Amino acid sequence: MYQFLYNLIGNEIIAGLLVAVVPLTIILVFALFGIWLERKVSAHMQDRLGPMRTGWHGWLQTVADLMKMLQKEDIIATDADKTLYNIAPVLVFTGSFAVYAVIPFSSKLLGSEVEIGLFYVLAISSLVVAGILMAGWSANNKYSLLGAMRAAAQIISYEIPTALIVLSMVMLTGTLSLDKISQMQTSSFWNWNIFGGAIFSLSKFLLIPFMFVGALIIFISTLAEVNRVPFDIPEAESELVAGYFTEYCGMKWGMFMLAEYGNMFAVSAIISILFFGGYQSPFGYLGNTIGAQWLVPFEQGFWFLAKGLTLVFVQMWLRWTLPRLRVDQLMTVCWKYLIPYAFINLIIIGIISIL
Amino acid sequence: MKKTEEIFELLKTEFCEVILGLDKETPTEPIISVDSMQVHNVGAFLRDNDELNFDSLMVLSGVDDANGIKVKDEDGIDMISGGTLSVYYHLHSTSWKHKITLKISTPRQNPKVESVYNVWRTSDWHEREAFDMFGIIFLNHPDLRRILMPYDWEAGYPLRKDYKNPEFYKGMKVPY
Amino acid sequence: MALKTETMVLNMGPQHPSTHGVLRLELEIEGELILSVKPHIGYLHRCFEKHAEAMTYPQVIPYTDRLDYLAAMGNNFGYVIAVEKLLGIQIPERVEYIRVIMAELQRIASHLVAIATNGADIGALTPFLYLFRDREYILSLFEMTCGARMLYNYMWIGGLSHDIHPDFVRKTKEFINHFRPTIVELNNLLTFNKIFIERTANVGILPLDTAINFGASGPVLRGSGLAFDVRREDPYSIYNRFDFEIPTGKGLVGTVGDCWDRYYVRVLEMEQSLRIIEQAIDNIPEGDVHSAIPKRIKPPKGTIYSRVENPRGELGYFIISDGNLNPFRVKVRAPSFVNLELMGELCKGHLVADVIAILGSLDIVLGEIDR
Repeated sequence: MYQFLYNLIGNEIIAGLLVAVVPLTIILVFALFGIWLERKVSAHMQDRLGPMRTGWHGWLQTVADLMKMLQKEDIIATDADKTLYNIAPVLVFTGSFAVYAVIPFSSKLLGSEVEIGLFYVLAISSLVVAGILMAGWSANNKYSLLGAMRAAAQIISYEIPTALIVLSMVMLTGTLSLDKISQMQTSSFWNWNIFGGAIFSLSKFLLIPFMFVGALIIFISTLAEVNRVPFDIPEAESELVAGYFTEYCGMKWGMFMLAEYGNMFAVSAIISILFFGGYQSPFGYLGNTIGAQWLVPFEQGFWFLAKGLTLVFVQMWLRWTLPRLRVDQLMTVCWKYLIPYAFINLIIIGIISIL
Repeated sequence: MKKTEEIFELLKTEFCEVILGLDKETPTEPIISVDSMQVHNVGAFLRDNDELNFDSLMVLSGVDDANGIKVKDEDGIDMISGGTLSVYYHLHSTSWKHKITLKISTPRQNPKVESVYNVWRTSDWHEREAFDMFGIIFLNHPDLRRILMPYDWEAGYPLRKDYKNPEFYKGMKVPY
Repeated sequence: MALKTETMVLNMGPQHPSTHGVLRLELEIEGELILSVKPHIGYLHRCFEKHAEAMTYPQVIPYTDRLDYLAAMGNNFGYVIAVEKLLGIQIPERVEYIRVIMAELQRIASHLVAIATNGADIGALTPFLYLFRDREYILSLFEMTCGARMLYNYMWIGGLSHDIHPDFVRKTKEFINHFRPTIVELNNLLTFNKIFIERTANVGILPLDTAINFGASGPVLRGSGLAFDVRREDPYSIYNRFDFEIPTGKGLVGTVGDCWDRYYVRVLEMEQSLRIIEQAIDNIPEGDVHSAIPKRIKPPKGTIYSRVENPRGELGYFIISDGNLNPFRVKVRAPSFVNLELMGELCKGHLVADVIAILGSLDIVLGEIDR
């Protein structure tokens, strides 16, 4: 896409900015939509209606909230470390936004065609931890500090099973590029990685159970990485008030909120690329059938969003169903169960892919 | 299951002087009066005796008997001088299912009672409350602070019958 | 070289999402580990006992509503029983039946809040709203009867403020039919949820001897395994006519006396309350609920300690009458006040997250702690 724009405009900077604007728009619109969706999903699960007054079924509610947040006074506690306090939300947001640079929304719409996309995602998303620690430490609030410590421990721990599963997928596909992984799973849902990949052989059938385990593990561990229930202990409302962003208000708080919803979609996108065919349609394209090739990228975008949003919906579903784990139980889940299983899974997938 | 009279006889043989009397005149429940400095020993006996086994203190309540003489102090404010403050102990046995009421009285000018903290831990906060509201000092209580009123309340003990609300607390107006 | 370390003091409350009101817990923590917990109370002190001394006996009743505001019927009940015992009057059968039905409905409503908030503290928000939806049925039953949804002032000395609505019996039966399946749903959604069990089983274990020595009562004591219920132990009103069980903690998923046991006792008690209502609802005799209300309430000189089983435990009123129109002294033995003392004992050696679970399982209402 960058190349296309560069050829069109002929200026590197403007082309780069334009490429960056697309994911930013998507993340902002998704955050607005995601917050509204979360409200409606939780409301209907809880036998109530949720926002109903602002627009059709309250769809303007988040916009109204955003307006309110923008107008709020920006309060900084006297004892807070102001520099770090101000940098933290930006850093957290940057971390979750930068992931979108390499996510292929469709075969024509991707920010950067880097070959090491998966590695970049793992690396850049760790920036969030630094931001959270800064937020917790600089606010000079005990709840924030506890929340930040929990968050750091949790996110770093859960990166290991995530990385192990990603590694096994890299072994299977032989590439780190998210776009290439998506392209491999083309034409039918039977070719998705969760069903053993596109190559039809004995190993495909042997792989299926381990792929399911892998998908489950990466879903659980990314759930913990984005601090969603049942792993939302860093911001556990009933214990730590709001965790690391207790002291934040107005748009700085809004940045954390945006980052959270941005992250939710980002990890859903990564899972859908790794296991569920990314932007590939499960049944082939209408554009190919009727001979309108230009339609295909749009269809791909639709499928990508649909897959991502389905996973986001599952995350919300879990959030409004399950209680929250305790900090030691959270670590137990990671170190005693997820990491060993992920390791075994890695080894078995390795052996099978050699076969 | 024992009646209060039987328990009273048992206590009388065990403690003699310490048990001051049995008040049956109140129409509803008989009350055993105990010496205020020995209530801890009596309580321990009541709890540990196998036939009595009063293992639970239901409630401990301070009462201002208001039986002194009403006088006016130099500012013309009504005061009660002399008389007693009382503490009632309602005991219950979870194994024998019987109940009794103990009562101690202590002079209003210098109210001191032995704490039963070591016998029934329930008394911890109840004694703090009685101290808070009546100014009854419970000897040997490990942490006798105010509990419901602010820790730095200096205007006296609110549930005494001659308590007067102060005008100001830390510069804030009290009567609303 | 050893590093110099310090413990951290964390003030949980008085404004905190899960201290159930204005309670302040002073936690001394080392990392996440609790070294000691000191509850500080008194933020909601409204001088009930001082006020009561200046009121006539019937005027105190609205104040009792505001003690345990989640179980106001039970508070009314305890107070009017105490005064009736002082007066020595007989109550019409109809009044007794209606009072028992109201008290048991209130017990269900109050346990619903207790269970809901305990779940919400642990992070399960959906059961919270489901249970509040069911509580709504009970509140509308109360509203239909006396016009108020929370602070009823319904039970008067010797009678009731209003007779029941003609629809009341039918609606109550409807509620029972609606509510039985809801308990099953609750058990599926929350009680036997693996994460909920992990969070509450073997947490905050209260041994029976400690519970008795601390004077615990209600579900807290029964959770530790003793079948002690004032309704059975010291029957008041007409409770000896009904057949019901006293559920106790059995350590089904952990140790006897842990948070889960205290929670589950409440769930089982709701079913027992339904049984009592079912037995009472068809047998309400005809009569006039106002007939026994004395014109002038002036009890003779004397003292009374009368206790009832409120949802939170043994609610006692110690009333001294000096023969005047207003009580000489009213002391309330608030169950939450006594149960909260256990906090320091239960939390030792647990984590910060467990404090919330334990506090939720004790089910306190600050209104009656601070009075």
